[in-house]
Amino acid sequence: MRNALPVQGGLYPRDRDWHPPAYAPGYKSSVLRSPQKPLVALDSTLSELTAPVFGQDSIGPLDNDLIRNYAADGDPIGPRILVHGKLQDEDGRPVRGALVEIWQANAGGRYRHASEKYIAALDPNFGGCGRTLTDDDGHYVFRTIMPGPYPWPNGPNDWRPAHIHFSLFGPAFSQRLITQMYFEGDPHIPLCPIVNTISDPEAISRLVAPLDMKATEPMDCRAYRFDMVLRGQRQTPFENRAEGA
Amino acid sequence: MTQKLDYLKETASQTAGPYVHIGLTPRVAGLDGPYPEEPGEIIAGPEAEGERIRIEGTLLDGQGDAVRDALIEVWQADAKGIYNSPRDPRQESCDPAVFGWGRVATDLKTGAFAIDTIKPGPVPGPKETTMAPHLSLWIVARGINLGLSTRLYFADEEAANQADPVLAKVLPPGRRGTLLAKQEGAQDGVTRYRFDIRLQGEDETVFFDC
Repeated sequence: MRNALPVQGGLYPRDRDWHPPAYAPGYKSSVLRSPQKPLVALDSTLSELTAPVFGQDSIGPLDNDLIRNYAADGDPIGPRILVHGKLQDEDGRPVRGALVEIWQANAGGRYRHASEKYIAALDPNFGGCGRTLTDDDGHYVFRTIMPGPYPWPNGPNDWRPAHIHFSLFGPAFSQRLITQMYFEGDPHIPLCPIVNTISDPEAISRLVAPLDMKATEPMDCRAYRFDMVLRGQRQTPFENRAEGA
Repeated sequence: MTQKLDYLKETASQTAGPYVHIGLTPRVAGLDGPYPEEPGEIIAGPEAEGERIRIEGTLLDGQGDAVRDALIEVWQADAKGIYNSPRDPRQESCDPAVFGWGRVATDLKTGAFAIDTIKPGPVPGPKETTMAPHLSLWIVARGINLGLSTRLYFADEEAANQADPVLAKVLPPGRRGTLLAKQEGAQDGVTRYRFDIRLQGEDETVFFDC
Protein backbone atom coordinates (compact mmCIF):
# COMPACT_ATOMS: atom_id res chain seq x y z
CA MET A 1 0.00 0.00 0.00
CA ARG A 2 1.31 3.42 -0.86
CA ASN A 3 1.06 6.37 1.44
CA ALA A 4 -1.51 8.70 -0.17
CA LEU A 5 -0.15 11.85 1.51
CA PRO A 6 1.83 14.05 0.38
CA VAL A 7 3.88 12.73 -2.48
CA GLN A 8 6.27 15.67 -2.65
CA GLY A 9 9.02 16.38 -0.17
CA GLY A 10 9.39 19.28 2.19
CA LEU A 11 10.28 22.85 1.32
CA TYR A 12 13.96 23.68 1.02
CA PRO A 13 15.17 24.94 4.39
CA ARG A 14 15.45 28.70 4.72
CA ASP A 15 18.96 30.12 4.59
CA ARG A 16 18.74 32.08 7.81
CA ASP A 17 22.14 33.72 7.28
CA TRP A 18 20.76 35.27 4.09
CA HIS A 19 17.59 36.57 5.76
CA PRO A 20 17.90 39.20 8.48
CA PRO A 21 18.28 37.72 11.98
CA ALA A 22 15.41 38.20 14.45
CA TYR A 23 17.63 40.28 16.73
CA ALA A 24 19.26 43.15 14.86
CA PRO A 25 19.89 45.92 17.43
CA GLY A 26 20.56 48.62 14.79
CA TYR A 27 16.82 48.32 14.16
CA LYS A 28 15.63 49.04 17.68
CA SER A 29 12.12 47.63 17.31
CA SER A 30 13.63 44.15 16.87
CA VAL A 31 15.26 44.13 20.30
CA LEU A 32 12.18 43.18 22.33
CA ARG A 33 10.36 41.41 19.51
CA SER A 34 12.98 38.80 18.67
CA PRO A 35 12.62 35.26 20.01
CA GLN A 36 15.79 34.22 21.84
CA LYS A 37 15.23 30.50 22.15
CA PRO A 38 16.20 28.27 19.22
CA LEU A 39 13.54 27.71 16.58
CA VAL A 40 12.26 24.12 16.51
CA ALA A 41 13.19 22.58 13.14
CA LEU A 42 10.29 20.89 11.42
CA ASP A 43 10.23 19.19 8.03
CA SER A 44 7.13 20.34 6.18
CA THR A 45 3.93 18.48 6.99
CA LEU A 46 0.61 18.79 5.19
CA SER A 47 -0.05 21.90 7.30
CA GLU A 48 2.99 23.68 5.85
CA LEU A 49 2.67 22.40 2.27
CA THR A 50 -0.93 23.46 1.71
CA ALA A 51 -2.44 26.94 1.31
CA PRO A 52 -5.68 28.48 0.10
CA VAL A 53 -6.16 29.39 -3.54
CA PHE A 54 -7.17 32.92 -4.41
CA GLY A 55 -9.33 33.03 -7.51
CA GLN A 56 -9.31 35.75 -10.15
CA ASP A 57 -12.88 36.52 -9.05
CA SER A 58 -11.58 37.76 -5.70
CA ILE A 59 -9.51 40.49 -7.39
CA GLY A 60 -11.11 43.68 -8.70
CA PRO A 61 -10.11 45.19 -12.08
CA LEU A 62 -8.40 48.23 -10.49
CA ASP A 63 -6.77 46.39 -7.61
CA ASN A 64 -3.32 46.55 -9.24
CA ASP A 65 -3.69 50.19 -10.31
CA LEU A 66 -2.84 52.41 -7.36
CA ILE A 67 -3.20 55.50 -9.56
CA ARG A 68 -6.91 54.75 -9.96
CA ASN A 69 -8.02 52.45 -7.14
CA TYR A 70 -8.47 55.21 -4.55
CA ALA A 71 -8.86 58.23 -6.83
CA ALA A 72 -11.56 60.65 -5.65
CA ASP A 73 -11.40 63.48 -8.16
CA GLY A 74 -8.21 62.99 -10.16
CA ASP A 75 -4.87 61.24 -10.26
CA PRO A 76 -2.52 61.17 -7.27
CA ILE A 77 0.50 63.47 -7.27
CA GLY A 78 3.90 61.94 -7.99
CA PRO A 79 6.01 60.32 -10.70
CA ARG A 80 3.96 57.68 -12.51
CA ILE A 81 5.60 54.25 -12.56
CA LEU A 82 4.96 50.63 -13.45
CA VAL A 83 6.42 48.01 -11.13
CA HIS A 84 6.59 44.59 -12.70
CA GLY A 85 8.51 41.36 -12.40
CA LYS A 86 8.49 37.63 -12.20
CA LEU A 87 7.91 35.35 -9.25
CA GLN A 88 9.88 32.09 -9.32
CA ASP A 89 10.77 29.40 -6.84
CA GLU A 90 14.32 28.40 -5.95
CA ASP A 91 14.26 25.83 -8.77
CA GLY A 92 13.54 28.60 -11.28
CA ARG A 93 9.94 27.52 -11.88
CA PRO A 94 7.39 30.32 -12.30
CA VAL A 95 4.98 30.59 -9.36
CA ARG A 96 1.55 30.92 -10.95
CA GLY A 97 -1.58 32.31 -9.34
CA ALA A 98 0.34 33.70 -6.36
CA LEU A 99 -1.31 36.55 -4.47
CA VAL A 100 0.96 39.62 -4.55
CA GLU A 101 -0.10 42.46 -2.25
CA ILE A 102 1.68 45.80 -1.92
CA TRP A 103 1.46 48.90 0.25
CA GLN A 104 3.39 52.14 0.21
CA ALA A 105 3.57 55.78 1.25
CA ASN A 106 2.48 58.55 -1.11
CA ALA A 107 4.86 60.82 -3.06
CA GLY A 108 5.45 62.93 0.07
CA GLY A 109 6.37 59.90 2.20
CA ARG A 110 3.06 59.84 4.06
CA TYR A 111 1.13 56.62 4.72
CA ARG A 112 -2.64 56.53 4.89
CA HIS A 113 -2.94 54.78 8.26
CA ALA A 114 -4.84 55.48 11.48
CA SER A 115 -1.58 55.45 13.50
CA GLU A 116 0.54 57.61 11.14
CA LYS A 117 1.57 61.06 12.42
CA TYR A 118 4.14 62.36 9.90
CA ILE A 119 3.51 66.00 8.93
CA ALA A 120 3.67 65.40 5.15
CA ALA A 121 0.28 65.83 3.48
CA LEU A 122 -2.12 63.03 2.63
CA ASP A 123 -3.06 62.80 -1.02
CA PRO A 124 -6.85 62.62 -1.38
CA ASN A 125 -6.42 60.48 -4.49
CA PHE A 126 -4.00 57.95 -3.11
CA GLY A 127 -4.72 54.99 -0.80
CA GLY A 128 -1.46 53.09 -1.15
CA CYS A 129 -2.56 49.48 -1.36
CA GLY A 130 -2.80 47.10 -4.29
CA ARG A 131 -2.99 43.43 -5.13
CA THR A 132 -2.85 41.07 -8.07
CA LEU A 133 -2.32 37.41 -9.00
CA THR A 134 0.72 36.24 -10.96
CA ASP A 135 -0.06 35.00 -14.47
CA ASP A 136 0.96 31.67 -16.03
CA ASP A 137 4.55 32.89 -16.42
CA GLY A 138 4.70 34.07 -12.81
CA HIS A 139 4.56 37.67 -13.98
CA TYR A 140 2.81 40.54 -12.15
CA VAL A 141 2.43 44.27 -12.78
CA PHE A 142 1.28 47.27 -10.73
CA ARG A 143 0.78 50.88 -11.76
CA THR A 144 1.46 53.39 -9.02
CA ILE A 145 3.34 56.56 -8.14
CA MET A 146 6.85 56.72 -6.76
CA PRO A 147 6.73 56.75 -2.95
CA GLY A 148 8.75 59.35 -1.07
CA PRO A 149 11.36 58.78 1.66
CA TYR A 150 10.31 59.64 5.21
CA PRO A 151 11.81 60.04 8.69
CA TRP A 152 11.15 57.45 11.39
CA PRO A 153 11.94 57.16 15.08
CA ASN A 154 14.94 54.87 15.42
CA GLY A 155 18.14 56.89 15.53
CA PRO A 156 17.95 60.67 15.95
CA ASN A 157 17.80 61.22 12.18
CA ASP A 158 16.90 58.03 10.33
CA TRP A 159 15.10 58.15 6.98
CA ARG A 160 13.64 55.23 5.10
CA PRO A 161 14.64 54.95 1.45
CA ALA A 162 11.67 55.11 -0.90
CA HIS A 163 10.19 51.60 -0.85
CA ILE A 164 7.19 49.43 -1.63
CA HIS A 165 6.19 46.63 0.75
CA PHE A 166 5.48 43.28 -0.94
CA SER A 167 3.56 40.35 0.53
CA LEU A 168 3.81 37.05 -1.38
CA PHE A 169 1.42 34.12 -1.01
CA GLY A 170 2.44 31.03 -2.97
CA PRO A 171 0.97 27.52 -3.01
CA ALA A 172 2.40 26.48 0.40
CA PHE A 173 1.69 28.32 3.67
CA SER A 174 5.34 28.04 4.71
CA GLN A 175 6.41 29.96 1.60
CA ARG A 176 4.77 33.10 3.02
CA LEU A 177 7.09 36.05 2.66
CA ILE A 178 7.00 39.79 3.20
CA THR A 179 9.76 42.01 1.88
CA GLN A 180 10.45 45.54 0.61
CA MET A 181 11.46 46.78 -2.81
CA TYR A 182 13.89 49.69 -3.11
CA PHE A 183 14.68 51.89 -6.10
CA GLU A 184 17.96 51.92 -8.00
CA GLY A 185 20.17 54.88 -7.15
CA ASP A 186 18.52 55.87 -3.85
CA PRO A 187 21.30 57.19 -1.56
CA HIS A 188 19.26 56.27 1.53
CA ILE A 189 19.57 52.53 0.89
CA PRO A 190 23.03 51.99 2.44
CA LEU A 191 22.12 54.27 5.37
CA CYS A 192 18.94 52.46 6.38
CA PRO A 193 18.98 50.37 9.60
CA ILE A 194 16.15 48.18 8.30
CA VAL A 195 17.97 47.45 5.03
CA ASN A 196 21.09 46.76 7.10
CA THR A 197 19.39 44.08 9.19
CA ILE A 198 20.49 41.97 6.19
CA SER A 199 24.22 41.29 6.40
CA ASP A 200 24.85 39.87 2.92
CA PRO A 201 25.30 42.71 0.37
CA GLU A 202 24.17 40.35 -2.39
CA ALA A 203 20.87 39.71 -0.59
CA ILE A 204 20.36 43.48 -0.30
CA SER A 205 21.16 44.12 -3.96
CA ARG A 206 18.34 41.76 -4.93
CA LEU A 207 15.86 44.04 -3.16
CA VAL A 208 16.86 47.00 -5.33
CA ALA A 209 14.77 47.29 -8.49
CA PRO A 210 16.51 48.68 -11.58
CA LEU A 211 14.94 51.21 -13.90
CA ASP A 212 13.57 49.20 -16.84
CA MET A 213 13.46 51.46 -19.88
CA LYS A 214 12.20 48.64 -22.11
CA ALA A 215 9.00 48.36 -20.07
CA THR A 216 8.58 52.11 -19.75
CA GLU A 217 5.48 53.59 -21.43
CA PRO A 218 6.72 56.51 -23.58
CA MET A 219 5.19 59.85 -22.55
CA ASP A 220 3.30 58.14 -19.73
CA CYS A 221 5.19 56.32 -16.98
CA ARG A 222 8.60 54.85 -16.21
CA ALA A 223 9.04 51.21 -15.19
CA TYR A 224 11.00 49.37 -12.50
CA ARG A 225 11.57 45.63 -12.57
CA PHE A 226 11.46 43.61 -9.38
CA ASP A 227 11.82 39.82 -9.60
CA MET A 228 11.28 37.70 -6.50
CA VAL A 229 11.95 34.14 -5.41
CA LEU A 230 9.98 31.89 -3.06
CA ARG A 231 11.21 28.72 -1.38
CA GLY A 232 11.43 25.62 -3.58
CA GLN A 233 10.30 22.13 -2.70
CA ARG A 234 12.15 18.83 -2.68
CA GLN A 235 11.02 16.39 -5.33
CA THR A 236 10.96 12.72 -4.44
CA PRO A 237 12.07 10.83 -7.54
CA PHE A 238 11.76 7.50 -5.74
CA GLU A 239 8.45 7.10 -4.01
CA ASN A 240 8.68 5.78 -0.47
CA ARG A 241 7.03 2.47 0.14
CA ALA A 242 5.08 2.08 3.31
CA GLU A 243 6.59 -0.40 5.74
CA GLY A 244 5.79 -4.02 4.96
CA ALA A 245 4.72 -3.29 1.40
CA MET B 1 36.41 23.36 -10.81
CA THR B 2 32.96 21.88 -10.71
CA GLN B 3 29.66 22.61 -12.38
CA LYS B 4 27.57 25.29 -10.73
CA LEU B 5 24.30 24.51 -8.97
CA ASP B 6 21.79 26.89 -10.50
CA TYR B 7 19.29 27.19 -7.65
CA LEU B 8 17.98 30.69 -7.09
CA LYS B 9 18.14 32.32 -3.67
CA GLU B 10 14.89 33.03 -1.83
CA THR B 11 14.21 36.78 -1.71
CA ALA B 12 15.40 38.13 1.63
CA SER B 13 12.69 39.16 4.07
CA GLN B 14 12.16 42.67 5.40
CA THR B 15 9.90 43.68 8.26
CA ALA B 16 6.23 44.29 7.50
CA GLY B 17 6.58 47.52 9.50
CA PRO B 18 3.88 49.24 11.56
CA TYR B 19 1.56 49.89 8.62
CA VAL B 20 1.12 46.33 7.36
CA HIS B 21 -2.64 46.84 7.60
CA ILE B 22 -2.71 49.22 4.64
CA GLY B 23 -1.84 46.36 2.33
CA LEU B 24 -3.26 43.33 4.10
CA THR B 25 -6.26 44.49 6.18
CA PRO B 26 -7.00 47.98 4.77
CA ARG B 27 -10.05 48.62 6.95
CA VAL B 28 -7.94 48.31 10.10
CA ALA B 29 -5.67 51.04 8.71
CA GLY B 30 -8.74 53.24 8.26
CA LEU B 31 -8.96 52.89 4.49
CA ASP B 32 -12.52 52.90 3.25
CA GLY B 33 -12.16 50.47 0.38
CA PRO B 34 -10.73 49.88 -2.11
CA TYR B 35 -11.61 46.22 -1.49
CA PRO B 36 -15.24 45.20 -0.95
CA GLU B 37 -14.23 42.66 1.71
CA GLU B 38 -11.32 42.50 4.08
CA PRO B 39 -9.04 39.67 2.89
CA GLY B 40 -9.21 36.67 5.21
CA GLU B 41 -12.13 38.00 7.22
CA ILE B 42 -14.01 34.69 7.39
CA ILE B 43 -12.10 31.49 8.15
CA ALA B 44 -15.16 29.28 8.51
CA GLY B 45 -18.56 30.45 7.24
CA PRO B 46 -21.83 30.02 9.16
CA GLU B 47 -22.58 26.76 7.28
CA ALA B 48 -19.32 25.14 8.36
CA GLU B 49 -19.52 21.79 10.15
CA GLY B 50 -17.88 21.40 13.53
CA GLU B 51 -17.58 23.08 16.89
CA ARG B 52 -17.61 26.89 16.76
CA ILE B 53 -14.73 28.35 18.72
CA ARG B 54 -13.38 31.79 19.61
CA ILE B 55 -9.73 32.15 20.56
CA GLU B 56 -8.76 35.29 22.42
CA GLY B 57 -5.28 36.38 23.31
CA THR B 58 -2.67 39.09 23.41
CA LEU B 59 0.65 39.29 21.61
CA LEU B 60 3.38 40.34 24.07
CA ASP B 61 6.96 41.53 23.64
CA GLY B 62 10.00 40.74 25.79
CA GLN B 63 8.95 43.33 28.37
CA GLY B 64 5.41 42.03 28.61
CA ASP B 65 4.00 44.96 26.65
CA ALA B 66 1.26 44.33 24.11
CA VAL B 67 2.29 44.40 20.45
CA ARG B 68 -0.34 46.64 18.88
CA ASP B 69 0.74 46.66 15.27
CA ALA B 70 0.92 42.96 14.43
CA LEU B 71 -0.88 40.84 11.91
CA ILE B 72 -1.52 37.15 12.46
CA GLU B 73 -2.40 34.79 9.64
CA VAL B 74 -4.24 31.58 10.42
CA TRP B 75 -4.29 28.39 8.35
CA GLN B 76 -6.26 25.33 9.40
CA ALA B 77 -8.08 22.21 8.27
CA ASP B 78 -11.85 21.63 8.43
CA ALA B 79 -13.61 19.58 11.14
CA LYS B 80 -12.60 16.37 9.36
CA GLY B 81 -8.95 17.41 9.19
CA ILE B 82 -8.96 18.19 5.45
CA TYR B 83 -7.38 21.34 4.02
CA ASN B 84 -9.28 23.35 1.44
CA SER B 85 -6.21 23.35 -0.79
CA PRO B 86 -5.40 21.66 -4.10
CA ARG B 87 -2.28 20.32 -2.40
CA ASP B 88 -4.36 18.21 -0.03
CA PRO B 89 -5.18 15.09 -2.10
CA ARG B 90 -8.48 14.85 -0.22
CA GLN B 91 -9.61 18.39 -1.13
CA GLU B 92 -12.70 17.21 -3.03
CA SER B 93 -14.20 15.91 0.23
CA CYS B 94 -13.43 19.07 2.22
CA ASP B 95 -16.11 21.25 3.76
CA PRO B 96 -16.62 24.06 1.19
CA ALA B 97 -17.77 26.41 3.97
CA VAL B 98 -14.28 26.28 5.50
CA PHE B 99 -11.85 28.49 3.59
CA GLY B 100 -9.38 27.70 6.35
CA TRP B 101 -7.32 30.85 6.05
CA GLY B 102 -7.75 34.18 7.76
CA ARG B 103 -6.10 37.35 8.93
CA VAL B 104 -6.39 38.88 12.36
CA ALA B 105 -4.83 42.20 13.34
CA THR B 106 -3.94 42.83 16.96
CA ASP B 107 -5.97 45.74 18.32
CA LEU B 108 -4.25 49.09 17.61
CA LYS B 109 -4.91 50.19 21.21
CA THR B 110 -4.72 47.01 23.31
CA GLY B 111 -2.77 44.42 21.29
CA ALA B 112 -5.56 41.88 21.86
CA PHE B 113 -6.72 39.58 19.08
CA ALA B 114 -9.60 37.20 18.51
CA ILE B 115 -9.93 34.32 16.06
CA ASP B 116 -13.46 33.13 15.21
CA THR B 117 -13.53 29.75 13.51
CA ILE B 118 -14.34 26.07 13.96
CA LYS B 119 -12.16 23.54 15.71
CA PRO B 120 -10.19 21.61 13.07
CA GLY B 121 -9.98 17.83 13.03
CA PRO B 122 -6.77 15.82 13.36
CA VAL B 123 -4.54 15.92 10.28
CA PRO B 124 -2.37 13.12 8.83
CA GLY B 125 1.25 13.64 9.85
CA PRO B 126 4.54 12.21 8.62
CA LYS B 127 5.23 8.47 8.73
CA GLU B 128 1.63 7.47 9.40
CA THR B 129 1.34 9.57 12.53
CA THR B 130 -1.63 11.81 13.24
CA MET B 131 -1.26 15.45 14.17
CA ALA B 132 -3.59 16.71 16.88
CA PRO B 133 -6.08 19.46 15.94
CA HIS B 134 -4.11 22.66 15.44
CA LEU B 135 -4.00 26.05 13.74
CA SER B 136 -0.85 27.19 11.95
CA LEU B 137 -0.06 30.83 12.74
CA TRP B 138 2.24 33.25 10.96
CA ILE B 139 3.05 36.51 12.71
CA VAL B 140 4.44 39.74 11.25
CA ALA B 141 4.87 43.21 12.76
CA ARG B 142 7.22 46.13 13.11
CA GLY B 143 10.42 44.74 14.63
CA ILE B 144 9.86 41.22 13.26
CA ASN B 145 12.42 40.81 10.50
CA LEU B 146 11.17 37.46 9.18
CA GLY B 147 7.62 36.23 9.79
CA LEU B 148 7.34 33.90 12.79
CA SER B 149 5.69 30.49 12.45
CA THR B 150 3.99 28.79 15.35
CA ARG B 151 1.07 26.45 16.03
CA LEU B 152 -1.92 26.63 18.31
CA TYR B 153 -3.02 23.31 19.85
CA PHE B 154 -5.91 22.75 22.23
CA ALA B 155 -5.16 21.85 25.88
CA ASP B 156 -8.41 19.85 26.03
CA GLU B 157 -7.16 17.39 23.36
CA GLU B 158 -4.80 15.69 25.76
CA ALA B 159 -4.64 12.23 24.17
CA ALA B 160 -4.23 13.61 20.64
CA ASN B 161 -1.56 16.05 21.82
CA GLN B 162 0.34 13.18 23.47
CA ALA B 163 0.57 11.41 20.11
CA ASP B 164 1.39 14.53 18.06
CA PRO B 165 4.73 14.21 16.21
CA VAL B 166 5.35 17.97 16.10
CA LEU B 167 4.73 18.60 19.80
CA ALA B 168 7.07 15.66 20.45
CA LYS B 169 9.90 17.64 18.82
CA VAL B 170 9.51 20.48 21.32
CA LEU B 171 12.08 20.04 24.07
CA PRO B 172 12.18 20.33 26.97
CA PRO B 173 8.56 19.10 27.16
CA GLY B 174 7.77 21.96 29.54
CA ARG B 175 7.85 24.37 26.58
CA ARG B 176 4.93 22.57 24.87
CA GLY B 177 2.50 24.41 27.13
CA THR B 178 3.25 27.65 25.23
CA LEU B 179 1.44 26.10 22.24
CA LEU B 180 -1.73 25.10 24.11
CA ALA B 181 -4.90 27.19 24.05
CA LYS B 182 -6.86 26.78 27.28
CA GLN B 183 -10.60 26.35 27.32
CA GLU B 184 -12.52 29.02 29.20
CA GLY B 185 -16.05 27.68 28.94
CA ALA B 186 -18.72 28.26 26.33
CA GLN B 187 -21.08 31.09 25.49
CA ASP B 188 -23.93 31.11 22.96
CA GLY B 189 -22.79 27.79 21.50
CA VAL B 190 -19.21 28.99 21.04
CA THR B 191 -16.37 27.39 22.98
CA ARG B 192 -13.90 29.98 24.14
CA TYR B 193 -10.15 29.55 24.41
CA ARG B 194 -7.30 31.69 25.69
CA PHE B 195 -3.98 31.82 23.83
CA ASP B 196 -1.34 34.47 24.53
CA ILE B 197 1.75 34.68 22.35
CA ARG B 198 5.05 35.77 23.91
CA LEU B 199 7.71 36.86 21.44
CA GLN B 200 10.52 36.76 23.97
CA GLY B 201 11.33 35.97 27.58
CA GLU B 202 10.94 33.18 30.07
CA ASP B 203 7.67 31.80 28.70
CA GLU B 204 8.62 32.55 25.10
CA THR B 205 6.25 30.85 22.66
CA VAL B 206 7.78 28.04 20.63
CA PHE B 207 8.45 29.12 17.04
CA PHE B 208 9.25 26.75 14.21
CA ASP B 209 11.79 26.69 11.42
CA CYS B 210 9.38 24.96 9.07
